[in-house]
Amino acid sequence: MIRKIIYISIITLILNLGAANAGSTDNEDLKSKSSQNSAGECFEGLSRAMFKFNYALDGAIFEPVSKGYRSLPVGIRKGTGNVVNNLRSLLTLSNNILQGDFAQAGNTAGRFAVNSTVGILGIFDPASHLGLKDNGKEDFGQTIGAWGTNSGCYFVLPILGPTTARDAVGLVGNMFLDPVYQITHNTEVVNRSYSEHNFWYYRSTGAVDFRAKNIESFNSVEENSIDLYASVKSLYLQDRNKKISNSKSSTETQNDGDWEEIDTE
Amino acid sequence: MKNKIFVTFLFIFLFSFFQNESKAYSSDPKQFIAEIVEKAKKILIATNSKETKEVKLAEIALKTADIKGIGFYTLGKYRKTLNEDQLEEYAILFEKYFLKSFTSRLSDYSDPKIEVISADIINPKYTIVRSILLSTAKKPEVKIDWRVYTKNPENPLIRDLIIEGLSLARTQKAEFASVIESNNGDVTKLFETLKAFIKK
Repeated sequence: MIRKIIYISIITLILNLGAANAGSTDNEDLKSKSSQNSAGECFEGLSRAMFKFNYALDGAIFEPVSKGYRSLPVGIRKGTGNVVNNLRSLLTLSNNILQGDFAQAGNTAGRFAVNSTVGILGIFDPASHLGLKDNGKEDFGQTIGAWGTNSGCYFVLPILGPTTARDAVGLVGNMFLDPVYQITHNTEVVNRSYSEHNFWYYRSTGAVDFRAKNIESFNSVEENSIDLYASVKSLYLQDRNKKISNSKSSTETQNDGDWEEIDTE
Repeated sequence: MKNKIFVTFLFIFLFSFFQNESKAYSSDPKQFIAEIVEKAKKILIATNSKETKEVKLAEIALKTADIKGIGFYTLGKYRKTLNEDQLEEYAILFEKYFLKSFTSRLSDYSDPKIEVISADIINPKYTIVRSILLSTAKKPEVKIDWRVYTKNPENPLIRDLIIEGLSLARTQKAEFASVIESNNGDVTKLFETLKAFIKK
């Protein structure tokens, strides 16, 4: 209960800061594609400090664990990734419905049903072979973005990394919408295999799987950045913008206007 | 007389050499990217030393990327605050920064398998060429879109790489702005940062 009050207090504070930032900007700009790819800072000094902390934590724990994970046989890694993705698809399903995307909800539900049964608890992905393609993950931050909420200001959370006011609200919403979270946190279920820490094992495995798939990409960004914090912020905001618009085409999420300026000068 | 004949032949040779070099790539954006990918792949496979790879990849980038245009784009609103000398200094620094950044990203690959899929003409100035870096045992498949500047249809140039929907040029622009803003709008601090990166 105390945790929930803390969450709500933090979110209220962040949304107020986000609203203050939004209010200082021209309304038309907020609607442009360009502004969706940028966001004001909530508290940059603290975020940069948090970023340094996360970066050190990544170097000390996540990167070595991910490298170790990557030394496992491909089949094991693929199976692990599939199981995690299959469980994660339940949160996607809730958000497909909330976004009114019922065709996609059907696809997600179909994939979960096929992969959990024929695919042996999600280890294999026979659904893709049946034409039920994986169309990406959805979360509550994306859902409220799809409903028209602006990103609000940007900040960095300890361990969880970059986020915005909207996506922080989404993180809390995910807890209510994720059936895996609800089952593992429901105290009425007296079954050790559904206990709370299993949720965190599942989430940590997902994080390690993601990190292992992106070791080179992370290194490349790190080596080629003159301001890593700004790089990660830009990449995060672009990625969220792309996911919210469910765009398969880069031209839909990129604004040509700022390229035009160079040609007209 | 012999000298004149020699000099004339030399000019003809050099002229035809540079003509061929400038037409080394197709004017069709999709084919243009396919040729660049093929050329880069040959370098990455055939060359062992990382330094040699970087030199050869830089040669390709100089011919096929609009480095000056990318540099101005990356500087954003701050380019209007620079005088002629500063713009010239920036252009030189940016080219060095760009080549170092670009070649070091690519030179880690030993045998990249990139399939050029399609091309979308978004307006007379830009075509987006879509390609896929095929998955390996260690790395997942990666979608790479190339923003090709086609204002001069005979000489297309790359202006941006969009990897899984994330624009490299836009990311660089955000970085540059951050460096300038965290130094109270002093663009010369960006120059210092670029010099430090080039020396690294």
